[in-house]
Amino acid sequence: MSNEELKIKLIELIPPATFEEGNEWMTINIESSNWKTVAQQFRSTAGFEFDYLFCLTCVDWKTHLTMVYHLTSTIHRHTLVVKSKLDRNNPEIETVSDIWRTAEFHEREVYDLFGVKFSHHPDLRRLLLTDDFNGYPLRKDFEDPVNMIKL
Amino acid sequence: MSDLQNINGEFENVSPTGGELEGAFPGSVHPTASGGILVTKLDEVINWARSNSLWPLVFGTSCCAIEMMSTASAKYDWSRFGFEVARATPRQADVIIIAGTIVNKMAPVLKRLYDQMADPKYVIAMGACATSGGPFFYNTYSVVKGADHVIPVDVYIAGCPPRPEALMHALITLQEKIRKGWTREQIKNNNSISNGQ
Repeated sequence: MSNEELKIKLIELIPPATFEEGNEWMTINIESSNWKTVAQQFRSTAGFEFDYLFCLTCVDWKTHLTMVYHLTSTIHRHTLVVKSKLDRNNPEIETVSDIWRTAEFHEREVYDLFGVKFSHHPDLRRLLLTDDFNGYPLRKDFEDPVNMIKL
Repeated sequence: MSDLQNINGEFENVSPTGGELEGAFPGSVHPTASGGILVTKLDEVINWARSNSLWPLVFGTSCCAIEMMSTASAKYDWSRFGFEVARATPRQADVIIIAGTIVNKMAPVLKRLYDQMADPKYVIAMGACATSGGPFFYNTYSVVKGADHVIPVDVYIAGCPPRPEALMHALITLQEKIRKGWTREQIKNNNSISNGQ
């Protein structure tokens, strides 16, 4: 399904979504509060059937955080990028690890490096850093005077 | 007497063109009626033997490991110089080539591997990350700024990653350093410094 057809279907399905233009893949912005229901629909409705979550990450714009999910469908061969803004002081979003199992590890990594809490995640703890590490290194305001030498 | 014998009749380390052979056997043969007597210093012979048979430990953490693998394979082939067997166990290895970035979580592992190696052991720090932290010197929370914060290093190689020829040059430099007696191992044990410096 091409980008335009996908856009039409998406507008029917999720009225409050907004679209970003000019990217290679169809990109939509949604509210973090209804992410779980929308993700369920992405997985199950015929015509979408996004069964492969191939990237889950977070970006720190200095005023807020943005979760970015890359979904693709192995059946219809279309790709969708979903972005969702999070509040910097209390970043929380629903987990999708029960819809796409790969999200378990990716969400642990985002929790480890950015501090985003994923509610109802089966095992949310640090993945890459040591268990007693203080702070969330990939945030822009992370300071570490011992290790980080500023130019 | 032929051209290769000196005034006492001894054969010395000369090449057919008359120059000093680097890496040749350090000793001379004193000719006697039934063949000859080999005259040398034991330290020189031991250093020569050790330098020509350094077995490296397989330790590649990062991109430099790819260059190390290519040095080990057919095109550049470090086993011409004696690095024949790359052992995966530190107990049987002589030299550890730190090929790659050392992060904070890896540093105690590196120290433990170095402690498990048997004397005499030598260390080569390959690439920018092992020398000084490299591209990760500034603004990183997790990289150790140089492997010599963890273990003592004999030879440093510059490059990111260094070419296989640069790694070979470093291996040959390590061999020369061992023959002359200037590695940390030998200075620590107050071994003889063969050139009498």
